[in-house]
Amino acid sequence: MKNIKVLGSGCNKCSKTAEIIEEIAHELNIAVSVTKETSAEVIMDYGVMSTPAVVIDEQLVHSGSIPHRDQIVAMLS
Amino acid sequence: MFQLFTDFANWLTFSVFGLSPATKQGDALNFFIEDVSKIFALLVVMIYLIALLRASLNVEKVRDYLAKKHRGVGYLMGSAFGAITPFCSCSSIPVFLGFTSAGIPVGITMAFLITSPLINEVAVLLLMGLLGWKFTVLYVVVGMAVGMLGGLFLDLIKAERWLQSFAAEALKRGQQNKLANRSANLRQTESSLTFPQRHQFAKEEALEIFGRVWKWVIIGVGIGAALHGFVPDGWIESHLGDGQWWSVPAAVMLGIPLYSNATGVIPIMESLIKNGLPVGTTMAFCMSTVAASFPEFILLKQVMQWRLLAILFSLLLVSFTLVGWVFNAFTPLL
Repeated sequence: MKNIKVLGSGCNKCSKTAEIIEEIAHELNIAVSVTKETSAEVIMDYGVMSTPAVVIDEQLVHSGSIPHRDQIVAMLS
Repeated sequence: MFQLFTDFANWLTFSVFGLSPATKQGDALNFFIEDVSKIFALLVVMIYLIALLRASLNVEKVRDYLAKKHRGVGYLMGSAFGAITPFCSCSSIPVFLGFTSAGIPVGITMAFLITSPLINEVAVLLLMGLLGWKFTVLYVVVGMAVGMLGGLFLDLIKAERWLQSFAAEALKRGQQNKLANRSANLRQTESSLTFPQRHQFAKEEALEIFGRVWKWVIIGVGIGAALHGFVPDGWIESHLGDGQWWSVPAAVMLGIPLYSNATGVIPIMESLIKNGLPVGTTMAFCMSTVAASFPEFILLKQVMQWRLLAILFSLLLVSFTLVGWVFNAFTPLL
């Protein structure tokens, strides 16, 4: 089970990022739990300045945009 | 080079729609078509070209650069980077905290954040296309000056006293280990981008920005066209044309509840100026619309206490009023 956090102050792009990750994980049959993290303090602790950002199992793997499909596939595998 | 758009608008309004240039409708529609087609073409082409050039610039690099700079240079560079670095306004909190936790003084961070909405490549392009280069230079210089002096002022009054406690602690920690570089930068490879990567970035950027701003352009130009066609000629000039002193604070106040980005407001500026509103009053109104917005300020509450928010807000209002007065006083001399 991968623990995925989408960091962002709740803008449109962040919800889209969370949705698309869940969708692709579902297609690939990978068990994930996706949560959205909006607290400014937590985002700061990950050292992220451009949102949306993606954290998988406490590792920052992406920031600054909605990730592309192939990026997400790479992150999940 | 812009003649093309004038011809296109004339052809569409007067030949295809059969309106007469002498009527209000014809005049307003002509103005609307010319401006929208010109702005859309400029936006797509120029955003793409500029994005090609700045593909390797991002807020992480700006932070690392500013963290190493001396304070004096910091205000200038903070404000300059604010003008050229793109970032979505929903990122202003993470950017604020990222700068702060790198030990960058609050004033320099604010110079960045104040300048950012006021000046960006789209705004500069529109100003050049609609109001000419002299006005553009003036606007950029004034926008940066407001950011720099605002930042300097915030440091002089020790604004960091009024940050939320976690942000204040992050600033302290950051200043202590400023030399230990603890940057979580994902994009180390970006300085050596290949052309296809740059092209990909620029394409996405052009589509993204265009998708975000096209409706602002329509609204802005629509209001501009309405002013142009339906406010009686000379009305603005005879009532506000002398730059009466009270008209500037009134314009700033009027701009607060209105919220737009620079793209939407510039076509309105064009129309106001052409209708005889003095440059200072126009500039005060537009800067207030773009930079002093309540939604943005509510967001900043997460990292600042009320007192600092109130100071910042007043600071912006006072600066825009001063900008307006100074310009109204000096334009006749230019």
